[in-house]
Amino acid sequence: MNDRRERAEGMATTGGNHNDFAVEVHDLTRTFGSFVAVDHVSFNVPHGEIFGFLGANGAGKTTTIRMLCGLLLPTSGSGTVAGCDIIRDSERIKMNIGYMSQKFSLYEDLTVRENIQFYGGIYGMKRKQIARRTDELFDSLGLAAHAKKLAGSLPMGWKQRMALSTALLHDPDIILLDEPTSGVDPASRRNFWLLIYQLADQGKTIFVTTHYMDEAEYCDRLSIMKLGRIVEIENPHHLKERYRAASMQEVFLKVVSEEGR
Amino acid sequence: MNRILLSIFLKEMTHIFRDLIAHISSTDFFRITASDLPLSAITDLFKARTVRCALIIPPDYARKLIGEGDARLQLIIDASDPNAANFINNYIGQILARENAVMNGGTPMLFSVSPRILYNPDMRSADFFIPGLIALILILISTLLTSIAIVREKETGTMEQILVSPIKPAQMIIGKVLPYTLIGFFDGLLILFVGSLWFQVPIKGSFLLVIGMMLIYIVTGIRLGILISTIAKTQSVAMLGAVTITILPSIMMSGFIFPVSSMPKIFQYVSAIIPATYFLEIIRGIILKGNTIANLYQQAGILLGMDIFLIVLSVRSFRIRLE
Repeated sequence: MNDRRERAEGMATTGGNHNDFAVEVHDLTRTFGSFVAVDHVSFNVPHGEIFGFLGANGAGKTTTIRMLCGLLLPTSGSGTVAGCDIIRDSERIKMNIGYMSQKFSLYEDLTVRENIQFYGGIYGMKRKQIARRTDELFDSLGLAAHAKKLAGSLPMGWKQRMALSTALLHDPDIILLDEPTSGVDPASRRNFWLLIYQLADQGKTIFVTTHYMDEAEYCDRLSIMKLGRIVEIENPHHLKERYRAASMQEVFLKVVSEEGR
Repeated sequence: MNRILLSIFLKEMTHIFRDLIAHISSTDFFRITASDLPLSAITDLFKARTVRCALIIPPDYARKLIGEGDARLQLIIDASDPNAANFINNYIGQILARENAVMNGGTPMLFSVSPRILYNPDMRSADFFIPGLIALILILISTLLTSIAIVREKETGTMEQILVSPIKPAQMIIGKVLPYTLIGFFDGLLILFVGSLWFQVPIKGSFLLVIGMMLIYIVTGIRLGILISTIAKTQSVAMLGAVTITILPSIMMSGFIFPVSSMPKIFQYVSAIIPATYFLEIIRGIILKGNTIANLYQQAGILLGMDIFLIVLSVRSFRIRLE
């Protein structure tokens, strides 16, 4: 296991030019009291990659993603997102990322369009710009029919599309999705991933955490977290070969149960 | 209620009055702060709250008493707090009656007093309570609504999306605070109008001054609300906190119902840190006595000081990061 981790970390440190990476993190650590939620985590995500984050509940996925967004300060370690330092420059990061929290966090008592207009205003967009962008997003996400409905009245699958449209509104280069498909039916999940592929084709970097192993297979690269540490970073195919597993499900169970002590 | 401040205006210092004054000042209830002043000084002393009542002995008192057998003292009482005014009136009456009894066995009345009630001559409770209600409702609305508005965003998770956006904490706070300032302000005006049109509470002082003071006071409430919101995690905790630090102390210990001077010492200290205490003095002063800023700069200064203190405290604790 050790040499594999070194390989993963080797990838992180011998990555070369800073600008090649959308997200770059070195020895990132966060503790809550005596509990170490994220323990010396290092990884790089190149532009245009779909980077998956797996791990059991409490493994440190959300804590990591929140540190990348500037919602949490790291206890130690360093990192950049979109070329901006996550500690000193977190305000500038915010213009370059779109974030979708695992809990629906838009206003349920506003309509879909009002929510999006509100966030357009926050990102300093002009009225016309907002209208044009909203129409674009509604078209590609199929939200137009629901534009005038209250957000709170929508089923989970639509709420999550709406949250995605808000995250994409200001056309960010990096999109961080924290369990975007939890509580969503299979058909909606599949549609959602089609969208994610489209975004990656447009050159967006997608950073996504998930509990669904079928989703994990869609990622370009996967990292598996366990007890605050990254134990694997690799392409899903290679992982399956190495663990001689038929599915990611098997790989995940093997990683989580056998290794990393 | 001890230590009611009393001024005595007298022209002739006969031994009769010396005894009477000694008697009054020997009670714990009254303290004589000034005596032998010109009558023209009365108004200023009342407006500055230096005295709560004044006893006036007319210059021809002795002559009248001997010549006509009937002479009167005048007692002037500040009734912007009717409760306290009643106490004062009864107390002075008792003292004088006892003095009469001692001096000539009950016949004829040597000292009889005719009280004149200032500021609230009919001792109407509406005049007393309606300005007080403004103090109470403004602090409740501004504190409660502000704290709940911010904590609700934390509780429902919408704060998280706001915090990853490039919004500045100052913008966020202004956006939260502005609507409630307007609502609180509107409520204050509403009570004022209903009070003056329906309950006929006279507004003796400057209306503009009332408005200005209301703004200062609303800011205090909103700042308290923001402070609560930085600590509370759920709306119910925020609501409990807001009610506990505004409504209860403002009703019980600010002078809204019970005069501060009649409270146990420890509650008097508590009342000194309640914003409503100062606003009550301000608004009753303006509405009932026609006070100007010259009479109220102290109370207004304390409220402003509280505002600044709370702003510093809440800006420090309101961070752009969640944890």
